Amino acid sequence: MSDGLRDKIIEYIRDEYLEDESMELKSDTPLISSGIVDSFSMVSLKMYLEDEYGIKMSDDEASTQAFDTVNNIVALVKRKLSEG
Amino acid sequence: MAYPKEVKERWQKTLQEVEEAGLYKDERYICSEQGVKITVEYPRGSKPMEVLNFCANNYLGLSSHPDVVKAAAQGLEDRGYGMSSVRFICGTQDIHNDLEKKMAQFLGKEDAILFASCFDANAAIFEVLFDENDVLINDRLIHASLIDGIRLCSAQRDSYKNADMKHLEKKLKMWKDRAQSMCIVTDGVFSMDGILAPLGEIADLADRYGAIVLVDDSHATGFIGKTGRGTPEHFGVMDRIDIITTTLGKALGGASGGVVAGPREVTEMLRNRGRPYLFSNSVPPPIINAATRVVELISDTTELRDKLEWNAKYFREKMEAAGFTLVPGETPIVPVMLGDAKLANDMARDLLQEGIYVIGFSHPVVPMGKARIRVQLSAAHDKEHIDQAVAAFIQVGKKLGVIGEKTKA
Repeated sequence: MSDGLRDKIIEYIRDEYLEDESMELKSDTPLISSGIVDSFSMVSLKMYLEDEYGIKMSDDEASTQAFDTVNNIVALVKRKLSEG
Repeated sequence: MAYPKEVKERWQKTLQEVEEAGLYKDERYICSEQGVKITVEYPRGSKPMEVLNFCANNYLGLSSHPDVVKAAAQGLEDRGYGMSSVRFICGTQDIHNDLEKKMAQFLGKEDAILFASCFDANAAIFEVLFDENDVLINDRLIHASLIDGIRLCSAQRDSYKNADMKHLEKKLKMWKDRAQSMCIVTDGVFSMDGILAPLGEIADLADRYGAIVLVDDSHATGFIGKTGRGTPEHFGVMDRIDIITTTLGKALGGASGGVVAGPREVTEMLRNRGRPYLFSNSVPPPIINAATRVVELISDTTELRDKLEWNAKYFREKMEAAGFTLVPGETPIVPVMLGDAKLANDMARDLLQEGIYVIGFSHPVVPMGKARIRVQLSAAHDKEHIDQAVAAFIQVGKKLGVIGEKTKA
């Protein structure tokens, strides 16, 4: 589940944000602090995760820190899924 | 005076970091009026030298045009130097109202409103028109002033890849039932690449999904489109772009001042609630008079924008023939791609020594590895000026290994 989740999120971020397709995107690559994900479109990442996994995140939970790496995002989604 | 030592040191450290990153903005002193031939003191303290200017936003060559200077002087003579007031107290003269009407007419909109700058216009507009129930969907390469304006607003925000219509449509679909209104925000001409936003397709998508369209046409008003009405005219969608923001600080005389043109509700909301409008002084009479003259000049004839179009085409052809890599396009903004930041700066430095004033742009202003020299043509350039610039580019380009020895102009 975790790898599938991770791969899917990486694929979404690649498709949605990366201008340069050859750029490497790893699970610990900083997304927001490095400027890959601009703060203006962070909300669409949140909406994607909510729609795709049937979860609901508060604005506090969907913080720039929680969204700053794929690892952090996977952890957040897993936690929300376990909360039911 | 309390200027704590630790604060001073902190700021000094920041400045040092800026300098070490090669991002320190070193201003060059121009000791003449703005125009094609200018006198530049650079490096500072050196003997001023005459060079050809290829980096101004003086697209129509009106910054020091005799008619414009005369109109400004007349404005100074007739209506004084400053207004010492914001517009709604005692800062509105009849000439302010006349210019607003002329700008609305020129841009094909119901009404227009003046700001101290287009930065102010863009800082004002979103907060006034949109709230947390709306969404603003912007192109990722919009100007810094639009970004700051959007930041000041409580609306939801989203963005799409530069000029990527599939991506924009995806965003419109996603937001359609989640926002009370959607506004697409884009530049008309993207100033670092000199490319046009596909306003025809944007207008189609806006119609399909019921979105408002706002275009900052600062690098287009006065010269893009057959009669210089800007990017919407170029794409034949003047009546389908809802709001235009633009500047008097580039093609339209180059002094200062911003304009928002659109439906009367928009301009009235801005007059009543736009903070930069309510709390900034009126645009001074000499600028108003000169800008009015500019609008008359460019409404009477397309001679200047036609010459600019020819100049841009001629320069592009000559540079491509010489082997330089350009961002393809049709605007007078011509990026000469070099890739490496140091190479871009070295080339600009050497070109200045050859009498051509251009600037190198590198990260973070443009993406990493896409450093360039941005050349800006003007209607005030003559063919001989362009030939001189191309010859200098070839000479310096060969010296620095940008183009091969055998290429010809």
